[in-house]
Amino acid sequence: MPILQVEHICKSFDRTEVLKDINFSLEKGQVVSIIGSSGSGKTTLLRCLNFLERPDKGVIRVNGETLFDDRDPATLSESAIRKKRLHFGLVFQSFHLFPQYTAQKNVMLARELLAKEQPDYKARKKEIQEEIRTQAQELLRQMGLADRMNNYPHQLSGGQCQRVAIARALALQPDILCFDEPTSALDPELTGEVIKVMKELAEQKKTMVIVTHEMAFARDVSDQVIFMDDGCVVERGTPAEVFEYPKEERTRQFLMRYTNG
Amino acid sequence: MELFMEQFPIVIRSLNVGFLQTLKLFFVTLIGAFPLGLIIAFGSMSRFRPLSYFTRVIVWIFRGTPLMIQLLIIYYFPGLVLHHPIWGGGESGRFFAASVSFILNYACYFSEIYRGGIQGVPVGQEEAGLVLGMTKSQIFFKVTLLQMIKRIVPPMSNEIITLVKDTSLARIIALQEIIWAGQAFMKGSQGISGAIWPLFFTAIYYLVCNGILTLLLGALEKKLNYFR
Ligand SMILES: Nc1ncnc2c1ncn2[C@@H]1O[C@H](COP(=O)(O)OP(=O)(O)OP(=O)(O)O)[C@@H](O)[C@H]1O
Ligand SMILES: [Mg+2]
Repeated sequence: MPILQVEHICKSFDRTEVLKDINFSLEKGQVVSIIGSSGSGKTTLLRCLNFLERPDKGVIRVNGETLFDDRDPATLSESAIRKKRLHFGLVFQSFHLFPQYTAQKNVMLARELLAKEQPDYKARKKEIQEEIRTQAQELLRQMGLADRMNNYPHQLSGGQCQRVAIARALALQPDILCFDEPTSALDPELTGEVIKVMKELAEQKKTMVIVTHEMAFARDVSDQVIFMDDGCVVERGTPAEVFEYPKEERTRQFLMRYTNG
Repeated sequence: MELFMEQFPIVIRSLNVGFLQTLKLFFVTLIGAFPLGLIIAFGSMSRFRPLSYFTRVIVWIFRGTPLMIQLLIIYYFPGLVLHHPIWGGGESGRFFAASVSFILNYACYFSEIYRGGIQGVPVGQEEAGLVLGMTKSQIFFKVTLLQMIKRIVPPMSNEIITLVKDTSLARIIALQEIIWAGQAFMKGSQGISGAIWPLFFTAIYYLVCNGILTLLLGALEKKLNYFR
């Protein structure tokens, strides 16, 4: 069974249709890259998956569980959204780290707040906090930030900030980790360090949905590539299929601009 | 010189009493305007249009007219025009009316500062919290509140220092604050008349008070400088 199933997702803002019948699915441990020109709806799609936008139509299933179905009122209640969000993580283009906390605290905060809702929190407080701290330090080490744990975001470079943001998203162990152009806000010499950790995550079989303009990276790391244009999935396939033998004219033109640019 | 030495303790005692009234008005205004300003700020940001228009008109009126006029209207209007005095007589009635005027006026200024602080925090902060499964209230208290405070402190410091000086406007309804106390020695009071130095001397009180406030608020601002 696919870990993620997206069916017939539609979304309009006012009268402009931004997503028009989006369909795709994803197996556990796979990486899907979404490419496409500006304004094609990539960010909106990720925001729908993370329940930051509510689709007008469609179905979202994770591990077979229906998280969203516009025809099933039981899945639409606001109160359950918080739980559903935990299936997904989202790494933003401009990081959105919490500026008043150190790197380590940024990674720990959400888990600490969740842990407080556990019934045995009071009894095991010390133990749980130690567990959370150890996990945060381990994640930051994995991101190559062992010596930056106690720095505040403004003391870090863009590449370091983005790696903290990735650690922060990983801390909640989401089923599916989404990235929205994680390297677009970075100086070119800093994109490499972020791409490196993302490749490591792919090797560890993290399930990921990556919106990116880094074509070489998408080709290397993906099991599946989706090309979006004007709110539609125009083409979908393996990196070889999409990059080497695109079937659609629009895909060809888009890729041409990238290879010639 | 001898005369001055004789007058000095009398004047100081009198100015101290006036300054106590100044301080009372200052603190009462802050205590009232801090929360009321927040309520007005939420009102003006409300998605319920009639409410946001209404609060914005109120803010426009209070910021668009002199505080002195507001004091006069609030103090005299009920009694003189409506023939229904509500403030009671004497110093306590004047203080009550002055407090109401100052709280309303300053709440309107504060509300704009709050609004700037609240809207100045990028939406990305809230969205990052939501995606991490935080509740709205967790996001407010753990993520956005401190960032708002950081944004609010510098403009708030300006207003607070202005407020110290603005309290002297309450003299227009004969509230016996420090300027009133200083001026009394020109007209004649406690055997001293025609003395102008007590009035000048009140400036020292304002300077010292604002000096202390500047130091305190500056320290708070500095404390919040550990992040950006
Ligand atoms: N909140 C919104 N209100 C109205 N229109 C919106 C909103 N968010 C996005 N849009 C519109 O939806 C369309 C798709 O936007 P989206 O951000 O999803 O594109 P994108 O593929 O991520 O583009 P980019 O590569 O520039 O990030 C755009 O035309 C945009 O103007
Ligand atoms: Mg985008």
